[in-house]
Amino acid sequence: MSDNANRTLIAVIGDEDTITGLLLAGIGQVSEQNTKNFYVVNGSTKEEDIEAKFREFTEERKDIAIVLVSQFIAEKIRSTVDSYAKTFPTVLEIPSKDHPYDPEKDSVLRRVRRLFGE
Amino acid sequence: MSKNRTNNIHRESVFPTRMTLGLMKNKLKGAEQGHSLLKKKSEALTKRFRDILKRIEDAKLKMGSVMQVASFSLAEVSYATGENIGYQVQESVSGEARFKVRASAENVSGVILPTFEKHVNDEINDFKLTGLGRGGQQVIKAKSVYSSAVETLVELASLQVSFGILDEVIKVTNRRVNAIEHVIIPRVKNTIDYINSELDELDREEFYRLKKVQEKKQEELAAQDAELKKQMLEQAELNKRLLEKIKLEEGEEAVEEVQAEAEAKEQEQEQEQKTVAAEESEPQNLLQEQEDDVIF
Repeated sequence: MSDNANRTLIAVIGDEDTITGLLLAGIGQVSEQNTKNFYVVNGSTKEEDIEAKFREFTEERKDIAIVLVSQFIAEKIRSTVDSYAKTFPTVLEIPSKDHPYDPEKDSVLRRVRRLFGE
Repeated sequence: MSKNRTNNIHRESVFPTRMTLGLMKNKLKGAEQGHSLLKKKSEALTKRFRDILKRIEDAKLKMGSVMQVASFSLAEVSYATGENIGYQVQESVSGEARFKVRASAENVSGVILPTFEKHVNDEINDFKLTGLGRGGQQVIKAKSVYSSAVETLVELASLQVSFGILDEVIKVTNRRVNAIEHVIIPRVKNTIDYINSELDELDREEFYRLKKVQEKKQEELAAQDAELKKQMLEQAELNKRLLEKIKLEEGEEAVEEVQAEAEAKEQEQEQEQKTVAAEESEPQNLLQEQEDDVIF
């Protein structure tokens, strides 16, 4: 548990608008080595890059408590997101402006629904 | 051989003694107590789990609308500033995040559930220059809207963490409950049955052995008895003959004397017989005692 006490940051993988908004809220942090806790995905970003970033946020960095991923991006790396089972950091799928939220696609919500027997 | 092996699975390999019987009974008691405790724990956790499930579902749906509002305020910003501020915002992020979270722990029946709390450092303001030219108000509004949106997200994240941990713990607890119910308790019960049957068997053996011993003793006594009787009869016969002889030879006085003598002898013999009978009754008592032992 003491390991998790250092986890204070919120990381984001999302489209530009989502990131802009969340940065305005003040979650951004850039280290001296110029590593950021946010990653902008646009139309030309490759899936491997998204996946690598996702792994970096969830596995390598030890200061991140929550990873926010835009749902349409999570959709691109669905198998990776679904197979992610650790509690720390927590992966949260969020809606974005151009892509309304679809509860059916959320990996956690799907589990919730299954447990409710729906 | 194979039967023996299946037996070993169903009961523990112990020596069937009264002491192990006591140990096993204690074990069974402990297992039953543990089972009921774990079951209670599992129920408490499940209750909590259902509560969290409900809240997650609500929060997820709430998040959808919150993020919509937030996106809208951002659209206002772009409209007011007339340019895309995304790049500017990204570049002006400084070394320290303003909005951080802290994990605090909550204890639910021995399970530690972390919950995130927001922690805002107001001294940090990275976007002093954003919207300086135009749309400053919209930028400020977007900031506050997004802050509250992130709060909702943080809340949801805590719920999700609790969900994950509880899910795991409930699975483990249920596994334990089932293991105790379906493996440990039956096995201990089988062991107790085995020890009981084995002890009964030993008791029966003991009882039979004692009976055999007694039979032997009685046979011996009967033989002794028979011999004594024979001797007595012989003696009586002898006496009779002697008496007749004396009667013939001497007068009636002498007859009386001899008769008294014979009586005395008879009495002596009777006494002897009595002691034999006493000896005979002693083993019977012993057997009685043993029987009492065996039954209880």
